[in-house]
Amino acid sequence: MPRISTAVGWRDRLGHWAMRWGIGRQRYRVAPGLYGVGAPDADAPVLVTANYKMTFDLLRRELAGVSAWLLVLDTKGINVWCAAGKGSFGTQEVITRVQATTLAQVVRHRTLVVPQLGAPGVAAHEVARGCGFRVVYGPVRAKDLPTFLAAGLRATATMRRVTFSPLERLVLTPVELTGMLRSSLWVAATLLLLGGIGPQIFSLAAAWHRGGAAVLVHLLGVLTGAVLTPVLLPWLPGRAFAAKGALAGAGIAALLLPLLLSRGGALTSVAAVLAITAVSSWCAMHFTGATPFTSPSGVEKEMRRAIPLQLAAALTAVLLWLVSAF
Amino acid sequence: MLDEKLRYLKDVVSLQLNREKCIGCGLCTTVCPHAVFDLVDGKARLIDRNRCMECGACARNCPTAAITVHPGVGCASAIVHSWLTGKEPSCDCGGGSDCC
Repeated sequence: MPRISTAVGWRDRLGHWAMRWGIGRQRYRVAPGLYGVGAPDADAPVLVTANYKMTFDLLRRELAGVSAWLLVLDTKGINVWCAAGKGSFGTQEVITRVQATTLAQVVRHRTLVVPQLGAPGVAAHEVARGCGFRVVYGPVRAKDLPTFLAAGLRATATMRRVTFSPLERLVLTPVELTGMLRSSLWVAATLLLLGGIGPQIFSLAAAWHRGGAAVLVHLLGVLTGAVLTPVLLPWLPGRAFAAKGALAGAGIAALLLPLLLSRGGALTSVAAVLAITAVSSWCAMHFTGATPFTSPSGVEKEMRRAIPLQLAAALTAVLLWLVSAF
Repeated sequence: MLDEKLRYLKDVVSLQLNREKCIGCGLCTTVCPHAVFDLVDGKARLIDRNRCMECGACARNCPTAAITVHPGVGCASAIVHSWLTGKEPSCDCGGGSDCC
């Protein structure tokens, strides 16, 4: 049985950092199976987890001084919560992994500690029927595991609740930003091209100056929607993310209005305000996927309302900007 | 606990509880990450339905199918993707720690 350490080294930290920026996420996995941490015996608890390496590292880091078995499911390198939603962290995989590792011969008891956020994929009563192990749902956060284990597998109400603190939001913004910047390359290319259109039909200098300025405006919208809005989330009024993003965008644009008016005319300034608002709203709307409290019914509802408005604002912005060249 | 200001849209979720079928095992109160349920007089009760994020943990773990919800991912990218491809929305952004 592989024994693992609870120490997380610099190579692990480097890997986590790369994940936060969305680099190499397809290959960040550990092999599924049974692992030992500390000096586990036949009575040691069995903790079920996913085979995303960041999940595995965050779990083992919290287990210093604990002796336990880790049953790592094959979730294709996806974290517990997302894999549970997809079903790969699920009833069948638990049963299969219990049998493949002959867990019943390794431990005397018949209890699995499944992370609470795995519950969307796991039916406790079906696991019991399928492999004879009783499922006890552990805390939401790995850091509460030692207390949970010491208390005889009992979680406090706080351990059962999901949080979304400013820091928890901030660590998610890089991956959001890299995703948005990837699609921004196309937008930037289009803006540079359109920027060149003017009285001389097409001018490279205008493409650089006007197009470049438009790319900056777009990037400002992306930063406002994908970084500033997530961080300011609870303090921005409204409930729909698209509305929060639009407000943040309009606010930033208003602050920049003197600068915009001094650099361009009224037409380009109005275009920039509309563009920042629309792009920020769009990016903020996409942050719903990173939060632990938005329902799909709600997201779909706000999208149906927001997307037509975002499109209208963006198209108006582009038209005003194109007209301003003449 | 989640910031009280971090509340999502009202009266939109598909969560339903049939109290007649409930046997009071309390598993829904355990698995729900937003304390949407509590147990009163040996039966589950919805105390904060608007907090529900439709993850489906309660329904999946209800031994008598007293809870129904249309589970899914509350993610705009996934929904755009499903509109374009006609498939069910799912997290296919490659396994980031918190991306769904």
